[in-house]
Amino acid sequence: MIPNQDLSYKAAFSLIIKRDLTIAFRHRDDIMNPLLFFIIVVTLFPLGIGPESTTLSRIAPGIIWVAALLSTLLSLDRLFKSDHDDGSLEQMLLSPHPVFILVLAKIIAHWLVTGLPLIFIAPLLAVLLHLNENSYGALMLTLLLGTPILSLLGAIGVALTVGIKKGGVLLSLLVLPLYIPVLIFATSAIDTAAMNLPYSGQLAIIAALFFGSLTLAPFAVSSALKVSTN
Amino acid sequence: MWKWLHPYANPEVSYHFVGKLLPWISKITILLLAIGIVWALVFAPADYQQGDSFRIFYIHVPTAILSMSIYIAMASAAFCSLVWQFKLADASAAAMAPVGAVITAIALFTGAAWGKPMWGTWWIWDARLTSELVLLFLYLGIIALHNAFEDKNLAGKAAGILSLVGVVNIPIIKYSVEWWNTLHQGATVSKMEAPSMSIEMFLPFVFSFLGIAMLVTYVISIRFRTELLARNGMRPWVRNLITEEGVK
Repeated sequence: MIPNQDLSYKAAFSLIIKRDLTIAFRHRDDIMNPLLFFIIVVTLFPLGIGPESTTLSRIAPGIIWVAALLSTLLSLDRLFKSDHDDGSLEQMLLSPHPVFILVLAKIIAHWLVTGLPLIFIAPLLAVLLHLNENSYGALMLTLLLGTPILSLLGAIGVALTVGIKKGGVLLSLLVLPLYIPVLIFATSAIDTAAMNLPYSGQLAIIAALFFGSLTLAPFAVSSALKVSTN
Repeated sequence: MWKWLHPYANPEVSYHFVGKLLPWISKITILLLAIGIVWALVFAPADYQQGDSFRIFYIHVPTAILSMSIYIAMASAAFCSLVWQFKLADASAAAMAPVGAVITAIALFTGAAWGKPMWGTWWIWDARLTSELVLLFLYLGIIALHNAFEDKNLAGKAAGILSLVGVVNIPIIKYSVEWWNTLHQGATVSKMEAPSMSIEMFLPFVFSFLGIAMLVTYVISIRFRTELLARNGMRPWVRNLITEEGVK
């Protein structure tokens, strides 16, 4: 590789996103499997609870959101694991660019391949669960604002556990408590929308969580990565 | 100004200093707890609405306040250890996490036991109860992360980062009763104004609160000394200590 001394921050940022997307598209299973998991978990609930449409439409927001949390958790491992194993993560940390930018690029790439497909598939599953018609806008908006938070907060957990051999179960123990506020406000927004009431309050709180984690989480991730790679 | 603190950065000095404090802490703890608990459970007047079951207040509120205080203390210690690389701050954070988890569990359990006669239910998914439960999960996550690393230095750093991330939860617990309309009542004693309870009820609370706080200090001090011994096992002063203690 040609040593490029004056790679701008923007170029480094887009380079990492491009690299991660390329890797992801060459391992399509990694994109498809969490998505399939999401669909299967959602279809399990009507089978377990019974097909009455009133019950289903009452619990649909919770089911979709909990399934989204779990499938994000499943895909999180990929964020740093393979890079850590083949040593490219250490090279990134050694590069002259701020770790903040590289980490943010990796998280955005992760969201593009795991969060975004969830948003596309969610309305379809909402139809299967008889979600209230007024709630679709709220569902889409909360997923659009909420799934990046899941990737950002999850990245902290992955960065902390990437050096540990059996980090999988530990990861869920660390990350799920941090996801609780997103879950509470997202489902509350969808429920409020079902009653035809304004849900801008909950949406504002999710947006605040989003911007808070967008600005602060990469710092936590980069210091955690420095601990993990030692 | 801070020069008098410098000798305590040495684990050996700290170990012996805490050792000298321990008998005093234990005496004060026994005294305060004896006065506080007896006064609270026997002599304090019963509540005109809740009767005697309100007396669980004298355990529930101190542990609930301390569950947050210990977390803040642990996060501050973690911050000091991350930023200034204080080895002792790391040891004290490691000493505090399990104590905090137990205190949080006690606060949740006594809250449930109090909720059953008063609200008619053990548990309700209200903002304060949920956020306190999240605090317990955070403590457990920090302990689990600490145990997952072989190297205690790395473990301290990783757990420290997680505890700093979890600090976000503390103001949510504290202000949950003001931000949301919940079943849990508002602050009675932990506020800047005069407590909203009569003085005969409030004084035993002061004693039981200080007693439980001293008990927590005592347990954390013992754990802190053990952490110091475990981390400095290869140092000559620990070896000397072992040979001296072993003779007795």
